Amino acid sequence: MANYFPILILGLLAAALPLATIFLARAIQTRRPNPAKLEPYESGIAATTFAFDTRFSVRYFLIAVLFVVFDVETIFLFPWAVLFHRLGLFGLIEMVIFLVILVVGYFYVWKRQALDWA
Amino acid sequence: MGAAEAAGSALLTGVAGWLFVGFALLILGTAIAVVWSKNPVHSALFLLASFLLVACVFILEEAEFVGAVQILVYAGGIMVLFLFVIMLVHQRTAAGTPAFQHQWDIALLLLPVFLIPFLYILGTEKFTDIARNPDAFRAVAGRVIGNTEAVSWLMFRDYLLPFEVASVFLLVAMIGAVVLGKRSFEKVD
Amino acid sequence: MKVQATDWLLLSPELFLTAAGMILLASSVFVGKAKEELFGFLSVLMLGITGVLLVFVSTMPERAHGPILGGMFVVDNFALFFKFLVLLAMVLTVLASVRFVGEAPYPGGEYYALVVFSGVGMFFMASGSNLISIYVALELMALASYVLAGYFKGEIKSTEAALKYFILGAFSSAVLLYGLSLVYGLGGKMGLADLARLYTGTQRTNAIALGILMILAGLLFKIAAVPFHLWTPDVYEGSPTPVTAFFSVGPKVAAYAIFARIFYVAFPKFQADWGLIVALVAAATMIWGNLAALLQTNVKRMFAYSSIAHAGYALLGVLGFQTKFGMWGVLVYLLAYTLMNFGAFALIIFLEAKGYAAESVSDFDGLAKRNMPAAVVMLLFLLSLAGIPPTAGFIGKYYLFTAAMDAGYAWLAIIAVLASAVSLFYYFRIAAAMFFTDGVSAKIPVSYALTAAVIICAVGTLVIGVAPESVLDVLHRCVPSKY
Repeated sequence: MANYFPILILGLLAAALPLATIFLARAIQTRRPNPAKLEPYESGIAATTFAFDTRFSVRYFLIAVLFVVFDVETIFLFPWAVLFHRLGLFGLIEMVIFLVILVVGYFYVWKRQALDWA
Repeated sequence: MGAAEAAGSALLTGVAGWLFVGFALLILGTAIAVVWSKNPVHSALFLLASFLLVACVFILEEAEFVGAVQILVYAGGIMVLFLFVIMLVHQRTAAGTPAFQHQWDIALLLLPVFLIPFLYILGTEKFTDIARNPDAFRAVAGRVIGNTEAVSWLMFRDYLLPFEVASVFLLVAMIGAVVLGKRSFEKVD
Repeated sequence: MKVQATDWLLLSPELFLTAAGMILLASSVFVGKAKEELFGFLSVLMLGITGVLLVFVSTMPERAHGPILGGMFVVDNFALFFKFLVLLAMVLTVLASVRFVGEAPYPGGEYYALVVFSGVGMFFMASGSNLISIYVALELMALASYVLAGYFKGEIKSTEAALKYFILGAFSSAVLLYGLSLVYGLGGKMGLADLARLYTGTQRTNAIALGILMILAGLLFKIAAVPFHLWTPDVYEGSPTPVTAFFSVGPKVAAYAIFARIFYVAFPKFQADWGLIVALVAAATMIWGNLAALLQTNVKRMFAYSSIAHAGYALLGVLGFQTKFGMWGVLVYLLAYTLMNFGAFALIIFLEAKGYAAESVSDFDGLAKRNMPAAVVMLLFLLSLAGIPPTAGFIGKYYLFTAAMDAGYAWLAIIAVLASAVSLFYYFRIAAAMFFTDGVSAKIPVSYALTAAVIICAVGTLVIGVAPESVLDVLHRCVPSKY
């Protein structure tokens, strides 16, 4: 546990810096409120809709799900890689089977044009 | 950082025990805030905090690999997923819906019925001690290396079968995403 | 951990089935909607080969050596029985789906691949001898099932079914997993036989009881016993009908396999404790399942409640594990249930042909006049479901009720008989509609694949009912082994 003490200090420092900046700025700034300052683009084209009203395409979601699946797959690769030599050929075969199963999935996703954006 | 030193001890002892309780209460608090918040973006941020705190618990229990996975997959991947869901829904309409179903009062009534026996059992029970081995989480075939290596050693040897079944599971997840998430299948070549 | 060459042979049905699923999936992108019947026949072929491999595995002497692959996987008679049963359910599902999915505007290849992958999960469940391998297999089955429930994504009911199934299924899995983690945390063991050994000298503590209770709750959820049944009617109603038929037999049978194995192998010592809870759940399930079925006008919902009631009957056998007929009764009943329940659903699918949906009981009006064989076969399934001789349902119920009596649950057996009597009313409503009322006289198109499924179910139901000895002797040897 003691190993994590430096990380804790780093975390505290990392949190302290932005907090200090924010509060310091608050303390010494001059205030001249103006509604134009609250626009998304202060000196640009006036916004026609609220950010709230836009709905995104379901495609983003599909991509995100596929990302999570492959993310988990990489997580499985990691422990295998650190112990690659000790696991030897047996481990290699295991991992190849694991990957082949997923490559079939990748092939399917690709061919079904789930990755296309057209 | 042992939870149990003497034969038959309580579940939570020492500094680690109190740290665990602290983290657990924070996790519970953030989890309740996820459900309670009216603004979905706030919910998402509380969820992120909850994921990170769970990672802290894993690290506290010396399961560093799982802690890292928790941050990479949950705080990284799953969180992105939630953000996309938030972008997919109409927030104007979402803001108007009540945070709780109409059965919330029944749920509140049942909560102590389940919670109290649970806490009572876990609080009073003397847990039989399994012989303590401080290096159990980081030993590979008798040699102390590290947590990730120990997980690897177990997963790729003893738990080979569940590991391979997990890849089929991921494959099915991919099919499910495409089948349910893809708009149309008209273009089949 | 030692891995021997024969281990892979013992695994061959699962390996082949996984490969079959991947072949179906990969080929699905090349074959258009017009020719997708091909997938149905390809699936049946692959399932047939899997059956041959299962027969081959059943002859291997290496089966007797106990769990393989680090104690994860065991190929005893019990596992083989459930694999054959799951295989039967899959073949029937594929046969019943060919026309139904073909007419729908959704791709067919993935559908059959998902059925096969769900089956892979069930195969591993049947053979699981370690809490981890059981859980991972259960999740594989469940994930494929959620997708299948929502497969007709254009229909709002199908999507609703998938969502409800997923949320409640995930919740029940979480409860189950929490129970498993408690049991592991208390003993440091995951293997079922290790757990049994661990408990031989010890007394039950409250914490172990809590763990077992949560495992019980999670599993009762999966077999849809009261009060964990609330998802069933909605999911069964909303899913595409062949998928509903599959859900009513496949996942339920597989859940019974792990239920029986976990409680028979790992926790028999605490039966005095969990026995009473299971008995109360069984009573509630039989009573509520049958009473609620009386009130339904939608056939799929009626059969959902009917399948809940049937899960309750099978719990009697679980209670009577230690008696002569207990485990045997569960196996006989699940076999009979698979045949008769799928048969009944197959006829609902039969009526659900284009322009004519068997959603309400009145859709069965005058079936006898339009298609006498279909009406007669449906009557057979209804009689079997009600438990009237000479059908498979009667034989199954006979053993289950005897087991309950032998185990000292006479009151439960009486409730079971009374509940069966109630079930006659709603099964009779369909029979009355078929034979004593006039309906539209539209001709129903016949699908050969579906007819084959109906014939398999009908012959099985009759054979077990008329000449049970042959089947019973085989099943008698299929109790789980306690390695």
